[in-house]
Amino acid sequence: MPAQVRELRQRIRSVKSTAKITRAQEMIATSRIVKAQQAVAASKPYADQIVAALTALVSHNVGIDHPLLHEQPEDSRSAVVVITSDRGFCGGYNANVLREAEALAQRLRDRGREPVMYLVGNKGLTWYRFRDRDYAEAWTGFSDRPTFESAERIGRRVAEDFLKTDAEGGVGEIHVIFTEFHSMLTQEVRVRRLIPLEISEREDDGTGPVLPAYEFEPSAKDALDLMLPNYIESRIFHMLLQSAASEHAARRRAMKSATDNANELIDVYTRLMNQARQAAITQEISEIVGGADALADSGGE
Amino acid sequence: MATLKVGLVSPEREVWAGEAKLVVAQTIEGQLGILPGHAPVLGVLLDGSVVTIEPADGSEKIRAMVGSGFFSIAGDEVSVLAEQAELAHEIDVADARRALEEALSAGDADTTAERRARARLLAAGADA
Repeated sequence: MPAQVRELRQRIRSVKSTAKITRAQEMIATSRIVKAQQAVAASKPYADQIVAALTALVSHNVGIDHPLLHEQPEDSRSAVVVITSDRGFCGGYNANVLREAEALAQRLRDRGREPVMYLVGNKGLTWYRFRDRDYAEAWTGFSDRPTFESAERIGRRVAEDFLKTDAEGGVGEIHVIFTEFHSMLTQEVRVRRLIPLEISEREDDGTGPVLPAYEFEPSAKDALDLMLPNYIESRIFHMLLQSAASEHAARRRAMKSATDNANELIDVYTRLMNQARQAAITQEISEIVGGADALADSGGE
Repeated sequence: MATLKVGLVSPEREVWAGEAKLVVAQTIEGQLGILPGHAPVLGVLLDGSVVTIEPADGSEKIRAMVGSGFFSIAGDEVSVLAEQAELAHEIDVADARRALEEALSAGDADTTAERRARARLLAAGADA
């Protein structure tokens, strides 16, 4: 009996220390969500302005032409950028993204296209490495706090590959899989086609302000040359930030339920331990009483 | 008097926003002063230049170093979008000096790194 009590005590201690760790992780994630949300909000003015400028540019220059806007039906390879996290402990976050990536790759294959993977985040990288699958490039080390520089690196690489032909290892279109942050409780995996860009002319419903007829300094082509890559980078940056916020939210939730489960386990074990201890005491008492009775019986004779 | 609504933004944050009387930006072809009532223009910024903003409330001029980016003027709204943007008081002068020396010692004349370092020093009001 005392052996059982000792064992339970040990188990409670171990669960308690796990709970401490998960609780700490939960609190770290909670504090980081706020920061990640602020980063998303801070990146919004730039994103809005660049979209507004591009829309104005496209709506006014009918003869607009840029390689990044072209469809490339002759290229049968499609790039898939998968944004995962660097660390685990975040529940189904990475599994959801990777499942969606697999589904998209299958859809592309069904359409007769060859998917080429570009991985962001260590978890995605190890997932592909473990299965011995090919990937074009991987970036790691910034999933929880992405900087614009990292988005720039990714954007440059994919835009470069888009401009190459199949034979040179290029791709014909670029999809991104990321996790959109709706709220602390809901995040959703999204698939977006990044290039060729889909910049639609703004629908004129007559209510919005008239778009200004821009002059270009030095020329429309120069402006477009600069703005399109910037636009792509800012889109990727936005997706990285959304994914980072989602990662923290997913981690917070996973760690919260881990902490809750640990506390429940501690309750159960504590009860079992008390029971075992009480049983041991009861047994000891009955042994003593039984022993005393036996002594009294034999001594009385 | 009419004023300009100015927003100086980088991808990571809004660097400065407010009302202004005058904005001076530098394109590849030269400096451009923007007053209220300017025609709509979309211009490419010189990578490594200084943008000067004169706030409408008459307070001190705001100077910022900008890296690669562009600006748009439309209906008295000026947006300056730069991948790198630093206000004068945020600039680490010693760091900029070091960057300038590095750029100069690298040999090539008029590189982006050199221009950026010079622009940082200029915006901070330090001598290059």
